[in-house]
Amino acid sequence: MHNFEFVKPSSVADAVAALANGEAQPLSGGQTLIPSMKARLNAPEVLVSLTGISEMIGVSLDGGALVVGAATTHATVAQDAASHFPALAALAGQIGDPAVRTRGTLGGSLANNDPSACYPSAVLGTGATIVTNAREIAADDYFQGMFTTALEEGEIITAVRFPIPERAAYAKFLQPASRFALTGVFVAKYASGVRVAVTGASEGGVFRWAEAEAALSSSFDADAIAQLSHPADGMIADLHGTSEYRAHLVRVMTQRAVRAAH
Amino acid sequence: MPKDDGIGASTKRREDVRFLTGNGKYTDDINLRGQSYVHFLRSDVAHGRINGIDTSAAEAMPGVLKVFTSADFASAGGIPCGWQVTDRFGQVMQEPKHPILAEGKVRHVGDPICAVVAETYEQARDAAEAIELDIEELEPVIDMKAALAEGAPKVHDDLTSNLCYDWGFVEENKDAVNAAFESAAHVVSLELTNNRLVANPMEPRVAVGDYDPWGDSHTLYTTSQNPHVIRLLMGAFVLNIPEHKLRVVAPDVGGGFGSKIYHYAEEAFCTYAAKVLKRPVKWTSSRSEAFISDAHGRDHKTKIELALDADHNFTALRTETYANMGAYLSTFAPSIPTWLHGTLMAGNYKTPLIYVNVKAVFTNTVPVDAYRGAGRPEATFQIERLVDKAAREMGVDPIELRRQNFIKPDQFPYQTPVAVVYDTGNYHATMDKMLELADYAGFEARRAESAKNGKLRGFGIAHYIEACGIAPSNLVGQLGARAGLYESASIRVNATGSISVYTGSHSHGQGHETTFAQVVADMIGIDATSIEIHHGDTSNTPMGMGTYGSRSLAVGGSAIVKATNKVIDKAKKIAAHLLEAAPEDIELKDGKFSVAGTDKSVDWSGVTLAAYVPHNYPLEDLEPGLEETAFYDPSNFTYPSGAYGCEIELDPETGKIDILRFIAADDFGNIVNPMIVEGQVHGGLAQGIGQALLENCVYDENGQLLSGSFMDYAMPRADDVRGFTVDHSCVTPCTHNPLGVKGCGEAGAIGSPPAVVNAAIDALHRAGHTHVTHIDMPLTPSRVWAAMNS
Repeated sequence: MHNFEFVKPSSVADAVAALANGEAQPLSGGQTLIPSMKARLNAPEVLVSLTGISEMIGVSLDGGALVVGAATTHATVAQDAASHFPALAALAGQIGDPAVRTRGTLGGSLANNDPSACYPSAVLGTGATIVTNAREIAADDYFQGMFTTALEEGEIITAVRFPIPERAAYAKFLQPASRFALTGVFVAKYASGVRVAVTGASEGGVFRWAEAEAALSSSFDADAIAQLSHPADGMIADLHGTSEYRAHLVRVMTQRAVRAAH
Repeated sequence: MPKDDGIGASTKRREDVRFLTGNGKYTDDINLRGQSYVHFLRSDVAHGRINGIDTSAAEAMPGVLKVFTSADFASAGGIPCGWQVTDRFGQVMQEPKHPILAEGKVRHVGDPICAVVAETYEQARDAAEAIELDIEELEPVIDMKAALAEGAPKVHDDLTSNLCYDWGFVEENKDAVNAAFESAAHVVSLELTNNRLVANPMEPRVAVGDYDPWGDSHTLYTTSQNPHVIRLLMGAFVLNIPEHKLRVVAPDVGGGFGSKIYHYAEEAFCTYAAKVLKRPVKWTSSRSEAFISDAHGRDHKTKIELALDADHNFTALRTETYANMGAYLSTFAPSIPTWLHGTLMAGNYKTPLIYVNVKAVFTNTVPVDAYRGAGRPEATFQIERLVDKAAREMGVDPIELRRQNFIKPDQFPYQTPVAVVYDTGNYHATMDKMLELADYAGFEARRAESAKNGKLRGFGIAHYIEACGIAPSNLVGQLGARAGLYESASIRVNATGSISVYTGSHSHGQGHETTFAQVVADMIGIDATSIEIHHGDTSNTPMGMGTYGSRSLAVGGSAIVKATNKVIDKAKKIAAHLLEAAPEDIELKDGKFSVAGTDKSVDWSGVTLAAYVPHNYPLEDLEPGLEETAFYDPSNFTYPSGAYGCEIELDPETGKIDILRFIAADDFGNIVNPMIVEGQVHGGLAQGIGQALLENCVYDENGQLLSGSFMDYAMPRADDVRGFTVDHSCVTPCTHNPLGVKGCGEAGAIGSPPAVVNAAIDALHRAGHTHVTHIDMPLTPSRVWAAMNS
């Protein structure tokens, strides 16, 4: 690891100011950035820690929405969201291992937008709103492909506002080595309809499966999508699964999420 | 016999106190005064010509002591290979030079090119980034068959091809084997891959070189399974340092599984550089580095065929195997697909005619050598998959087909057609025991229960044989080994009766400090806590060959027994003098010498004190002191065997396999510490199941390692291997070593892969997916699903 300056501001404004220096990178839980720095694949001159900003930490209710501070760890979400939004808490509780969950944060996961990360499916699957220091971004506009988001340089996610669904569940099929999602599906049922978001499967990162949403909006039943199949085009193919397999898992895991939704 | 810590007692492992409290002393815990750090700049391409190396900028970086290239090793030898195989035409194998740092060409991703030594590790890494390499990329050869194609790029320009050897065994039987296939009632064949693995011991490799200019002597601290072997290979063949000026220490070592047998370039580098720089030089491998520099395991592609007569008796077996050597020959690499593989192709069966052909191939990949089981897992996987396939094709019970062809208990010693003689065994007994423990009779009911939940349940069987306790030195010498394979022990009895045992074996997780003490305690009848086991330091242990191939108790333990018997013989003479009796009348029991038929006695410490304070002592007949050394060279291999049963549930929607029950009924001969044996079997099973379901070392066509970290290389975790039923009540003691022991370290990794795969095929067949006759390991959900839907 190369040497770097470390700044730990206590307010969003101070963090934004610190990041104005073009050589600075934000550091949240560090679960991706730190290993890449240790491997010398990344060498920022300044790291601006976001985990000392109290206004970015915590889980709270705001009307029908659950607001999660971007610097809230997975472990905290797993615990504090359990009674209000159990599907989100369960998702957070399945990320990585205890060490990862104790350090990793919601904002860090979303800013990185790993195509196999769990959180993007919950954000897109609920149509959540990503709140930054500068604006609010709808989930449908936020995810722009593998490791690509709508965030501008120096823009910080401060919180995510999840509309709490009537019923929801996340079904994750593990990649056996990393235990990221080989394919993970978040299903959320609202009065206005059902949303289905898939992670781990597509070369384009997290995506919504429109056909399944339509079928499930008519009938929220796993059998309603039994005859659907997702095309394999654009699905990830690697050591752990072919694109055909991932396409198949999209349907299987969607059905499992529907069955598990409560 | 001391009940709690003698032979047969499940004494708790004394070494675990320091390991579990974080107080083990590993090589990386050794930090010497003035120590410097080396970082190896490794090739990031699989094959390339080195046209230039400019180290000037790096040499000027802060803290840099020196940047080494191959030019600094002009006077050193290459890393030697310890086994020379002769091919089926009587020619010796092609043996390329393996330089310490790449000379002229780089031959695999990870091949070290430069070594930067600096005051700190980070300074060495910083400077390595400033080295300018001019490497002209060459087309690599990755696939073994492509490497043998006419006109394929050569890994080594000075060899005639990428073929290391083309071995036939037994070559004289080839025609008879082919004739048996011509006249067979049934022929069953199978093509399969034994997947390449990375050993991944918990502790990565570390080396610390130290040089004493006043004594012109070298010390190497290293993560080795066999420090004497390293001293011999590195001193005699690489650096030209005589043994009396070279000490090799392998302190606590955190797992090896074969990958720490070999002499590696980094060891020679640190030893040499310490003299050049007059500073200790330390190298600690990162996990990423381990993936591209530790020798890999397995990587065979095989076609195997079995001929049967109309009554389903096996009449002949033949195989053609391609074995990947990687870019260079690792220390024992040539022996693994030949003598440790071909000689086991009879399995547990009476097959009268066998022919094994192995083509060993150089490719632009990391060298491949022994990994837990080493050749025997490859043999067992082929045989046990094929026997299962034969049973299915002929519509007979795979258990009965095995029983029918097993070597019968009254046929031992049994001469196989592939050179070895099995001394003992009872395969029917282990099979029966496994089926009983598995409640095989209740399987159908359990399967019906799974079916109700939409799951496919299957039961897989494998019966293995292995050859352990390597080996009679004269025999392996004839087969091409460049070393003897005896073991040594010194028993130093101290004046007050405590005992220091110095063994040539090396413990890197096996628990020798506990079991070896149990053996000596049992023989003398004293408490094991007064016995200390020393290993791993060439300066105080007699020349020994180290630990691999499940040999430590069978060979190292036998040396300890031999040396202890010498001690007891002398102690009896001393006791006879003290008790004024004839030595032949002296009995040793429970740590007390007595004169037969009398109440005259002297205890152990009375005799040992007399040996060192020889006031009342037969000095004219007997030297003072009580210290003996013995070397034991086995007369045969040992042949552990066992029946493994694996019961799985397969999710037909996803192809995911869950192992529900795993039963291992092993015959390890006599057992010193049942708890440790059970632990060894657990570890082996976890690694074998890892190979069957999870682990896979994969290169892309450019020779880049796709599974180069734990993000993609799936090690088994606790929830992948839920629990095992382990039994070792079937005992046929080894007939040719004093303890009657066979060895247990590798069995789990040998017997489990075919049991798991057979279980998966069984589940699929019972559910009507009869078109699936084989799936290559690892049986990932994607592969299983694809096979079901093919």
